[in-house]
Amino acid sequence: MHEMSLAEGVRSIVEDTARNHGASRVEAVVLEIGDLAAVEVESLRFCLDVVLKDSVADGATVSIERVPGTGWCLRCAETVAIAQRYDACPRCGGYQVQPTGGTEMRVKEMALASGEPTPEKES
Amino acid sequence: MCTVCGCGSGELRYNGQPARPAASPKASSSVGFKPAAGAAPASARTHTPAPPAVETHRPTASAGALHYGHGPAHAHAPGLSQAQMVKIEQDILGKNDRLAAANRDWLARRGVFALNLVSSPGSGKTTLLVETIRRLAGRLPVAVIEGDQQTEFDAERIRATGAPALQINTGKGCHLDAHMVGEAFARLAIPPRSLLLIENVGNLVCPAAFDLGEAHKVVILSVTEGEDKPLKYPDMFAAADLMLLSKTDLLPHLSFDVQRAIDFARRVNPGLRVLQLSSTSGEGFDAWLDWIADGAAAASASAAEAVETQS
Repeated sequence: MHEMSLAEGVRSIVEDTARNHGASRVEAVVLEIGDLAAVEVESLRFCLDVVLKDSVADGATVSIERVPGTGWCLRCAETVAIAQRYDACPRCGGYQVQPTGGTEMRVKEMALASGEPTPEKES
Repeated sequence: MCTVCGCGSGELRYNGQPARPAASPKASSSVGFKPAAGAAPASARTHTPAPPAVETHRPTASAGALHYGHGPAHAHAPGLSQAQMVKIEQDILGKNDRLAAANRDWLARRGVFALNLVSSPGSGKTTLLVETIRRLAGRLPVAVIEGDQQTEFDAERIRATGAPALQINTGKGCHLDAHMVGEAFARLAIPPRSLLLIENVGNLVCPAAFDLGEAHKVVILSVTEGEDKPLKYPDMFAAADLMLLSKTDLLPHLSFDVQRAIDFARRVNPGLRVLQLSSTSGEGFDAWLDWIADGAAAASASAAEAVETQS
């Protein structure tokens, strides 16, 4: 869903970071996307291809790290692995599971090509 | 801008007025709604298929189903170490979340209880709002923000009740975001200590991820839809605090299993509250209005407390 909005969010973060570091080019962008974040990675990649064109990150390698989904099972009182929001607890089979991990959508890190030492100047 | 595929331009409208950058604020309440700083012009986003990436994930296919949700974890890109790595750890939706926090603060200071109503198209959201406003008349002032792709029909229906309403047309967009709603605050007379109902674009997918600054997301599921919708569209039911099962007056004519629908919804969100009601017959409305009254009283009380602590 709304992967284009997310891609634009990524570009805005990437451009701000590059500007703040005075980098002339971004070589790589590493994203962290949780399995429960409702993000279609295939579609996000397509959108990033389009959105990063002609930006400071044009041609950058985009890697996407998946974060596995985890939830807290109220019945077992422990953290269990889940692949979907509505998955049953793999231990007790109940559905009283609150997602606790794997919902993140983050720009984790970036590789910046060492640009000219001209901080503040990069458009 | 289309937030799904990125084609086309915004065509965002407020009360039917094109959202062009207004040179000076006019009585027509048109508003400039520019894309975020740094956004490329829409024309630059054409539908040229990207060349296939080497590490592209293919959807997994099995008999009768094509699943885009599976796939192997990616491999780290080669050559990362040659450049300066910068740790960022920033939320992709951080900008929307910051704007939503500002909206929430704005609402809290005025003691306004805001609800973000989400559902599929055709679940009866607008009828529910009209009936809610009618029954709250004299008890609680109400203002409404209507989100639709096109037309001002819904805002007109609300205005006919006497409540102030602002229509946001998202053009090709599939959801309201915090920026649009923040702009709406400036253009709508929202009374202090009131109820603000934000009717999102009819869409069970995208609005789940966008915080508008509301107190609660309320998801409406009508009994003319399938009981399995909570499992088909889990994110929306997970994001909501309250589910309204609507059009219950039609239950005698349908094979809809109420308990099954509620069970499915609680699989996705064990803490979900559920109320059943019908805008036509009025059954179940008292519980819904009581729930609103409790929330509105709490919002109003905490705003009053904040004023006291300041003075």
